[in-house]
Amino acid sequence: MPSKTIYSHRDPMLKKRDDFEDILEERRNSSDLRYALRCYTPVLYKGVPPIKASMLKSMVLQSGQIRYIISQVSKEMGRANDDILEEASAILDEMAQRLQLSTVRFFVFTLSKVFKILFRNICVNEEGIQRLQQAIQEHPVVLLPSHRSYMDFLLVSYIMYTYDLALPVIAAGMDFIGMKFIGEMLRMSGAFFLRRSFGGDKLYWAVFSEYVKTMVKNGVAPVEFFLEGTRSRTCKSLTPKLGLLNIVMDPFLKGEVFDISLVPISISYERILEEPLYARELLGVPKPKESTSGLFKARKVLNEDYGSIHVYFGQPVSLRSIAEGRVNRCQFNLIPRHIPRKPSEEIHNFVNDSAYRLVRAQEENMVLKPWALLASLLLQNHHQDQKMEQTQGIALDKLTEQALWLRDVSRQYGAFLLWPDHMPPSEIVSSSLSLHQGLVRISEGRVHLAKAGPGEPQGAVTPEEELWSQAVIVLSCASYRNQAMHIFLRPALLASAIHAATSNKKQEVFNTFSFLRNMFSNEFILCPGATVQDFEEACYLLMKTGALQASQQELVVTEKGHRTLAFLTSMLDPFLQGYQVVCRFLCEEATENLTEKQFIPSIRKFIVKLLLSGSLRYTEVLSFDLQKNALAALLRLGAVQKIKGYVGFESPCVCAWFDWLKQEIQAKNVFFIYLLFFRPSIQIGKLKISINWAKKRCDNSKRHYGKTVLGKNKIS
Amino acid sequence: MASSNSGGSISDRQHIAQQRLKIIAGHLQRPTDGGSAILPSECKAQGSKPDASSERKTVPRRRQEIMKWNGWGYNDSRFFYNKKGQAEFTGKRYRLSGQIIPGLKDWMESTFGSSLQHKSTATPILNSSAVPPPILNEAFVEELKSTGIPFSHEAEDRVFRAHGHCLHEIFALREGKIGRVPDMVVWPNCHNDVVRVVELSCKHNVCLIPYGGGTSVSGALECPPEETRSIVSLDTSQMNRILWIDEKNLTAHVEAGIVGEELERLLNESGYCTGHEPDSMEFSSLGGWVATRASGMKKNIYGNIEDLVVHIKMVTPRGVIEKNCQVPRMSTGPDIHHFIMGSEGTLGVVTEVTMKIRPLPEYQKYGSVVFPNFEQGVACLREIARQRCAPASIRLMDNEQFKFGHALKPQVSSIFTSFLDGLKKFYITKFKGFDPNRLCVATLLFEGDREKVLQHEKQVYDIAAKFGGLAAGEDNGQRGYMLTFVIAYLRDLGLDYYVIGESFETSVPWDRVLDVCRNVKERIVRECKEKGVQFPALATCRVTQTYDAGACVYFYFGFTYRGLSDPIHVYEEVERAARDEILASGGSLSHHHGVGKLRKKWMEETISTIGMGMLKSVKDYLDPNNIFGNGNLL
Repeated sequence: MPSKTIYSHRDPMLKKRDDFEDILEERRNSSDLRYALRCYTPVLYKGVPPIKASMLKSMVLQSGQIRYIISQVSKEMGRANDDILEEASAILDEMAQRLQLSTVRFFVFTLSKVFKILFRNICVNEEGIQRLQQAIQEHPVVLLPSHRSYMDFLLVSYIMYTYDLALPVIAAGMDFIGMKFIGEMLRMSGAFFLRRSFGGDKLYWAVFSEYVKTMVKNGVAPVEFFLEGTRSRTCKSLTPKLGLLNIVMDPFLKGEVFDISLVPISISYERILEEPLYARELLGVPKPKESTSGLFKARKVLNEDYGSIHVYFGQPVSLRSIAEGRVNRCQFNLIPRHIPRKPSEEIHNFVNDSAYRLVRAQEENMVLKPWALLASLLLQNHHQDQKMEQTQGIALDKLTEQALWLRDVSRQYGAFLLWPDHMPPSEIVSSSLSLHQGLVRISEGRVHLAKAGPGEPQGAVTPEEELWSQAVIVLSCASYRNQAMHIFLRPALLASAIHAATSNKKQEVFNTFSFLRNMFSNEFILCPGATVQDFEEACYLLMKTGALQASQQELVVTEKGHRTLAFLTSMLDPFLQGYQVVCRFLCEEATENLTEKQFIPSIRKFIVKLLLSGSLRYTEVLSFDLQKNALAALLRLGAVQKIKGYVGFESPCVCAWFDWLKQEIQAKNVFFIYLLFFRPSIQIGKLKISINWAKKRCDNSKRHYGKTVLGKNKIS
Repeated sequence: MASSNSGGSISDRQHIAQQRLKIIAGHLQRPTDGGSAILPSECKAQGSKPDASSERKTVPRRRQEIMKWNGWGYNDSRFFYNKKGQAEFTGKRYRLSGQIIPGLKDWMESTFGSSLQHKSTATPILNSSAVPPPILNEAFVEELKSTGIPFSHEAEDRVFRAHGHCLHEIFALREGKIGRVPDMVVWPNCHNDVVRVVELSCKHNVCLIPYGGGTSVSGALECPPEETRSIVSLDTSQMNRILWIDEKNLTAHVEAGIVGEELERLLNESGYCTGHEPDSMEFSSLGGWVATRASGMKKNIYGNIEDLVVHIKMVTPRGVIEKNCQVPRMSTGPDIHHFIMGSEGTLGVVTEVTMKIRPLPEYQKYGSVVFPNFEQGVACLREIARQRCAPASIRLMDNEQFKFGHALKPQVSSIFTSFLDGLKKFYITKFKGFDPNRLCVATLLFEGDREKVLQHEKQVYDIAAKFGGLAAGEDNGQRGYMLTFVIAYLRDLGLDYYVIGESFETSVPWDRVLDVCRNVKERIVRECKEKGVQFPALATCRVTQTYDAGACVYFYFGFTYRGLSDPIHVYEEVERAARDEILASGGSLSHHHGVGKLRKKWMEETISTIGMGMLKSVKDYLDPNNIFGNGNLL
């Protein structure tokens, strides 16, 4: 079963991956025009010819679900059926793709030119392509690429064209439609558009889901969408959004197709086009509205070298085989299938788990370049320097030595690292550094992070301005470190747990691990319910590399393991500190009427203050992404609650708790958060922090899984 | 009380047939021996002699003398490859008998990858020493002897009644493997004989398994291997009289052992019919139909067994259950008939049934329609059902089955016919653009007044035309129906060449027909591949009945098992997976085959735990000591 091989990883080292072929090489040697106009004859699903757009439209509008919703809406609103049908038809027109080969050919021609300028090579695993080709013929296919750049979907279509595969239809955000000409171009190259929010609009939802389902059911074309929902600005995979996955799985669950192949695609960029943009967005400069003129302004990127792209088409996952034994499909037998129903808990859990596993599959096949390791090391060094209040950087040869050490560690952890072994290490390091010269400075044989971005004056005027420009560099750098984060995550959680736990007892370490893992499950991709598995994997990896020794009861760090553990804890430290700062903010600063909207600006102010005062050294904490995730985690754990209306302080003991908390904060980081959840509750404005009593602290014999234990015994 | 018509008039043909049978019987009958000696038994219960008895064509007690002991149907009828390597069908009973079927070999080779080189022969005769010695309950046997009801504990008789026609049952017989078999066979001659046998069984704690036609395909006739009591097979075949015909109410009172074909034949003589024609009607019995909720091909006109039955008499360990009147319908609590119908021999023995009868139809006409694809065909059937204008029978075969039907065409004698066939094919595939790998065929059977039939026919063809259907002639239709009787013989040919196959059925709501067909076929193919089957598997289906709210779908599957160490295990796993798929896709556990032992594991999820409890409490009341211990259903 293909799906099983994709999920089981006893020894990551043994993972077999395909080789890459550079598709730009041929482009550099033959005519782009001829290439764009070449004969294109893709294999089709079950050999059935594609359905015309107009036909598709009428299939959707005449479907049972749409007719049902129309009659419902008409009853509710007292409007005529025809009227609503017209509205549905208009929605569909706004949404629908109009894939046209000629437009695709135009894109192919243009992109060939652009790609050749921007990138050194675009590498694709051809075995993956062959697997995909097979899958397309047998079952409806859903393509699930990772999302790091606007480039992603054009790139996938480009590759599909290159290999004579059926062109996909792609779910895109409505914001593109704002880009007049481009929006229509994208539509004709297979994009279909959905509004970012359509909350209560039943009709819209029905039309959209029926449209997607119809395409899946009839195998009109491979359906492509991004599980992560939006581009990840941090280069970490985002926790998956379930809406579209729910929709595409529905035809299988309801027995309307025999199976669906889900194909995770990992697209790794050596250097991301949007790199400086992302850092600024994370720091609160809002995302510029997509506009055609903006696109032209962005053309200056054409002058730079963006290294290579690796696209890895993963093993197609058979939905049928992952649903086997998990979902009882009989549950759909008793109600007509066109009547929309909220998915049962069983289905929801299944879709959620599958989504996480698919994102994990994307992560696992992400290609790492040496630079990701270098960025991790440089950042750690940077923070070390800050602690010492110096900026001396790291000696080049020391960096090389560390990089080689990290290379070996990451390989043992199963990283898909492309490290050209035939090149001398120093050359690899220096070429990586030169590709990212905007982020690093080399002076007197020592490497350190740049102080300001390219084109900005060195040495800004105010300390605050200096802080911001430094933050841009750090966040950019962090995004490359984040590319490698999924390799180290589980061992790092274990390392931090060992660091924070009060004893070496395995059970205690596990409890702390479990707590941290739960805390960070909005931040990283941690499959729900896999705590034990993750713990075992982490133990296995650390033991295999000789960093850890385990007996029945205890986990002991070995002599040579200290280096590994120090590295791993530093990987996670910025996040730990970040979450701690968020907690601290909520306790200390949050006022009575703090609304969700105000949360980000006020916490940002708070953090800037801490950074300037020197009591916090991780500039990274300024990242909007981290703050948002931390709040989401606290909400999920029931430490904070969203409440409507105004609620003031109630508990007389709150003041006393503040004092106590302050001490805790200054004392220790991890432990603080850990304890935080066993304290009583405080309410602050519209956000309420409710913290559980210490007596709820778990007795060590009992495994606790966040929510169930933490949710209880709140005082309001 | 007497049937009015059958008394005096015996046609010449029947005379001749009777004569012939007697002669054959004379040849075949061995010298009498103790157990199976034919004892003169007068059935006093009826008061008067049943009239039809003189010309009755009774299934002999020693069935093995005319029927295969390890395969389907009559000894004289079977497929085989002649010296030229062409398939031939032997005997004289069927339209296909004595004919050469040139296309069959190629079809088998291309479909299953089987070849004439690899033959898997069956054990030719039953090795009596392989049959476990009977466990006899002496007291029971003694008392039974005194009643004069014939019985036997000969190995051949016992083995014959130890199985139905599931693949695993036949496969084991061909290999000469015999499991738990009944310890004796009794042949009651009438209702009162049954009452006596059941009383004795209760008295001596003997396990009774009713046996009608032996055509079960659900493992219902298998003896529970853990049964330690003496197992007595109660063969109803001798209770096969039509006791009376009531022309005023159009009902007939019939003993439950009568076989379908015989029932129709006798009623036809009086100008009537029941119209109940399951595919197994040559062998299956009225009692069996009642006990399994059977369905007949022409149910659109005549109804299924539950629509046809007016009155049932059943002997249970508690006593005899029957209603006190013969009425079309009544509101007297839950219908007790519905405890009996589908009880699969777990509650008692059905002995007599009053059935509706109809005057013989004036006119019958076959027909067929070709559709460009299965989807269109199903849409057409759905429309016909919506308009409630389904002919007596309408069946839609998928493309694989269409090809199979084609392969079973007998050799054409005249050049003209083959030329005509070629022309038809050209018209459909080239002129009308039907893809020969996608098209499918519906076969039709109309019955009634001539005028109405023609009118009806037009209506149906008009609807078909809206779905792209083309009328494809009477001949195709008729052959389709003829094949249903012959197709069962084909499995034995397959088994001779390492091909195993089976059919099963389900009922599905209309909106899921296509989904069930697609998913189940694909599941079968996939499971076969995964389970290590070395050759391509055949999975094909047809829609055989239409209802207001859904349809009955029949699946056939088969594969070459060469290279598998345990083919039956593989086959059973595939069948189980197929059933899981049916249920997951919204189909039912069974449309008319019943549950038996084969499908017991899904019973609870099908009718809920409470439903099981209801059925169990009925069983507990009627049969607390599990005398009817075949272990079916629950």
